[in-house]
Amino acid sequence: MTSVLLITFAATLIYISIANRLLTYINILAFQGLLLFGVSFIELNEINTVNLIFILLETIVFKTLAVPLFLGYVIKKNRITREAEPYLPNFLSLVIVTLIIIATFLISNIIHDPRLDKVYFVVALSSLFTGLYIIMTRKKLITHVMGFLIIENGVFILSLAVGAEMPMLVNTGILLDLFVSVLLLGVFVNKIGDVLPSADVDQLQNLKD
Amino acid sequence: MLQWALIAWSFLHRDEEALYGFFKSDALALILLTTLGIVAIPAFYHSYIYLSGPEENPRERGIFFMSMTMLLAAISGAYLSNHIAVTWVFVELTTLAASGLIYYHRDAAALEGTWKYIFVCSISITFVFIGILFLSIALQQAGHVELTYPALLHAAGSLHIFWLRLAFIFIFTGFTAKLGLVPMYTAGIDAKDKAPSPAGALLSSVLMNTGFVGFFRFYEIIAQTAIHDWADNVIFIAAGLSVFVAAVYMIKVENIKRMLAYSSIEHIGLVMLGVAAGGIGYYAAILHLVLHAFVKSSMFFQMGQVYRIYRSKYISDTGNYFHYNLPGAIVLLLAFICATAMPPSGLFISEFMIFRALFEGHHLFILLVVLILLTVIIWALGKNLFRLLFAPPVHFDAAKAGKVPGYESVSQFVLLGMVIYLGFNPPDFMVELIQDAVKNVGR
Repeated sequence: MTSVLLITFAATLIYISIANRLLTYINILAFQGLLLFGVSFIELNEINTVNLIFILLETIVFKTLAVPLFLGYVIKKNRITREAEPYLPNFLSLVIVTLIIIATFLISNIIHDPRLDKVYFVVALSSLFTGLYIIMTRKKLITHVMGFLIIENGVFILSLAVGAEMPMLVNTGILLDLFVSVLLLGVFVNKIGDVLPSADVDQLQNLKD
Repeated sequence: MLQWALIAWSFLHRDEEALYGFFKSDALALILLTTLGIVAIPAFYHSYIYLSGPEENPRERGIFFMSMTMLLAAISGAYLSNHIAVTWVFVELTTLAASGLIYYHRDAAALEGTWKYIFVCSISITFVFIGILFLSIALQQAGHVELTYPALLHAAGSLHIFWLRLAFIFIFTGFTAKLGLVPMYTAGIDAKDKAPSPAGALLSSVLMNTGFVGFFRFYEIIAQTAIHDWADNVIFIAAGLSVFVAAVYMIKVENIKRMLAYSSIEHIGLVMLGVAAGGIGYYAAILHLVLHAFVKSSMFFQMGQVYRIYRSKYISDTGNYFHYNLPGAIVLLLAFICATAMPPSGLFISEFMIFRALFEGHHLFILLVVLILLTVIIWALGKNLFRLLFAPPVHFDAAKAGKVPGYESVSQFVLLGMVIYLGFNPPDFMVELIQDAVKNVGR
């Protein structure tokens, strides 16, 4: 069951590489939160209840509801246009993200570890690199934040893989998630809307040598 | 008042041996914490001067001092922590605190610097976390669950090489953002440029040391394993590229604060070369780190005074600094001698030891390239600083020059004096502390 959910997660990565509208990105992020909720619900049945409730709340409330709603609010408030504005054509993005997944799959074949499920490893690493790829190739700052959220999701999956024995690491990862998302989204996207005329990367090219 | 309480607090911590299970003030922490305490006093003094102008409003001043206190506390926490995840949490807190300092001016450029800094630091902190996860996978395989440094050191030999390599790559890349090495150095440059100069002094000295602590404690673990040589090669590449990048940018950079930031990158590159070369290089690396913190912070403090006189950070707008601020000009001249590691400076000793380590480790090619690059850097730094000091200013109305009292330069004289003194005549406890700090990595 977790494998199905994780493979669906990998499919969302491919979908996000060809998505055109910001709304689609937000929906995908919400859906990923839901998938993570399912994975952690099934996987983390050994840890104590309070901890489990904390993790589940984080995935369902924070990842699935709060962040997407807030992203939508930020987009509306700063009147960001709906297009994602990638630098590369969508077809190329599709190819590259597929290649990322295949490459992580090949890497995972080196591992001979009975304790670690390879699916976790593949999905986590590929969402990490997909997030980086989206940050590199999209023009808007808000899509950079979304790319970062995808990286965070990947980290969450990886921490689930070790989480059964070290629940502290899962919690730390969640704290990272909350902390950085609140910092990036709450403080700065608002401020950037106030100070700069449009939230594009182009606006942030004055500091250079 | 709060800041003095904090300094007293950090000095109190210096003498304690162990706090909780998560913290332990070992030799490395002690020596860097002492450095922090020494740099913090002038940093608060100069921030007070910086913020006492009529146009500064109390709210922003409050945020600035709060961020600075928080930054110092977070840095102290990162130095002292005895658990890899605790180090990580404190390094993350430094990002938050530093962003408060960088955003002080609240204009578009400061916002840009802050945004870039937060974004790059967030990504790199995530990288460190991924590295820690890989490390924990390796630990679980070996049947351990403890993530404290002594436990890791103890278990190091039994860890699986594949996971350890992955962990090293991610943790190293992650800490380079704080450290100012090649993959992630960009954020630091903008941050040091945009932050007020007392904050820039902290960012380019003690905050870089934080990155070093995070890296070095993990390196101690790697040094016990079979991939020590491989890790050294990775560090060689990153450090060599850092010196190269610093040399290239220092030739063309116009803004003095950015030039100083690139000079920091060059020095950290040298420190990492020392670490990678091994042998006497470890000792030299930590000595270099401490002395560099003094030199670079004094240069940034002086930059605040330069800015108050010329109202500009660009080299083309400045000149004839001897005429406007004689003690400050002497500070810059001394700092130039110290930063380029010319003989009276203590950095000469540490740099010489680093080169000796490279020579003894048979890394002649790297040594040769680095020496050529250093020559370029000295030329570039000298060209710009001497223009500031001696050349007549081009578009500058002498009547508009700000007034800076000479006694503000006293703190820099003290710092630079310490650099020279500590280089030639290091007190015994300092030598002992450094040797104790590097005892785990000796081959």
